Amino acid sequence: MRRVVITGMGIYSCIGKNLSEVKESLYSGTSGIVFDQKRKDFGYRSPLSGMVEEPNLKKFLSRRERISMGEEAQYAYVATREALENARIDQDFLDNNEVGILYGNDSTAKSVIESVDTMRQKGDTTLVGSGAIFKAMNSTVTMNLSTIFRLTGVNFTISAACASGSHAIGMAYQLISSGLQDTIICGGAQEINELAMGSFDGLGVFSTNQDPAKASRPFDSGRDGLVPSGGGATLIVESYDSAIKRGAPILGEIVGYGFSSNGEHISTPNVEGPSRAMLKALKQANLKPEQIDYVNAHATSTPVGDANEAKAIVEVFGPKGPCVSSTKSMTGHECWMAGASEVIYSMLMMEHSFVAPNINLENPDEDAAQLNLVKKTLNKKIDVFLSNSFGFGGTNSALIIKKLS
Amino acid sequence: MTKDIIEEKINYFLVDEFEVEEEEIAPEANLKETLELDSLDFVDLVVAIESNFGVKLVGEDFVNVKTLQDFYDLIESKLSQKTV
Repeated sequence: MRRVVITGMGIYSCIGKNLSEVKESLYSGTSGIVFDQKRKDFGYRSPLSGMVEEPNLKKFLSRRERISMGEEAQYAYVATREALENARIDQDFLDNNEVGILYGNDSTAKSVIESVDTMRQKGDTTLVGSGAIFKAMNSTVTMNLSTIFRLTGVNFTISAACASGSHAIGMAYQLISSGLQDTIICGGAQEINELAMGSFDGLGVFSTNQDPAKASRPFDSGRDGLVPSGGGATLIVESYDSAIKRGAPILGEIVGYGFSSNGEHISTPNVEGPSRAMLKALKQANLKPEQIDYVNAHATSTPVGDANEAKAIVEVFGPKGPCVSSTKSMTGHECWMAGASEVIYSMLMMEHSFVAPNINLENPDEDAAQLNLVKKTLNKKIDVFLSNSFGFGGTNSALIIKKLS
Repeated sequence: MTKDIIEEKINYFLVDEFEVEEEEIAPEANLKETLELDSLDFVDLVVAIESNFGVKLVGEDFVNVKTLQDFYDLIESKLSQKTV
């Protein structure tokens, strides 16, 4: 099996439009959650969301390229440009090497709804325009980016609810580790609009806290639900040999990818499934639990989800084990993107030797009290971290990444 | 709608929406090659025509359209049929 490393990262999120801005927000514990009037007008229980501005891609892409891109593909494009630059990969490299793409995405609600609205209104399918189909398919990110960057390697989308981005990295790790690919662009993207999240809001699982910055409070006893969010997060995953050969910056090494399925309820998570994913990742990484310096928890700020994850972490690491925080306290739940963005957040912490705080943690509940939760920014060297991502249907993914010695 | 207004409207959306270079716009310009419009762009032309002129074209309408002048004439003819 070959060694697999991360050589580039790019991020477009509600706490920053690039790596530098995001690092500052993580360090200062800044929330990206805002009040969204559109949601209130649309009948949402919760008007809160993480928000990013629509990127202006006119200077980078032609009309033909832009017309096929919905929100999620646009966010992913911005993140991917930064990641490629960060990895020192230019178009010439992409043209002369078989580079693949695996990206997590699980909806294109706005694009689908807008084109169906046009068909209903006009009574003519042609009038939705030529880009509608390419915006509306779930694989919109991979089909657009593979065309724009002229990629010739593996090319498909991973849909696994809120673990999509994490499984995309895991699959890239597997393909590179087994020698099938050398370099894969991977990550996760998530649309942000009132059309995409209505049915999720309808389940009554979004926070109705009146203060946007205080609404997402994972592990706190006062939590009352998650806050949706989104954007794009891209990582360049590469074989160690390929990275060395081209003199690429090596930001970290992927050493474990544990996956599991709960086999139970469609939306209520359990303890056993996540715990099994973490144990599998540790086994694959050949690491003992005490060798993990930091756990980036999936914890979304829902009562049952956070409590069960806390139990699972204690089951694997014991009470008061590694430092734990949920960056969703600042970003909200970036859903399909979260598994990739949270690896980037943790990579930034590893690079700059700090643990980002789990903001809004005032009174940990009984289960959370067993964890070594980081409430305030902690200056600490991180050599190895584990990032959890779980999703509807009981899909679980745990990734372990270590600093290259 | 006068011929001039039709031409002006078409030229405007070709430059603004389809990002055709202004200097490429000429009555004798080949719609497909000079303006680099591919088969997908023709779908978007149908959308632009519907929203600008309120007429719906189909693929067969473009069979004899080679130049931009042919395109102006096609729209003019469709608009006059609509008026009749």
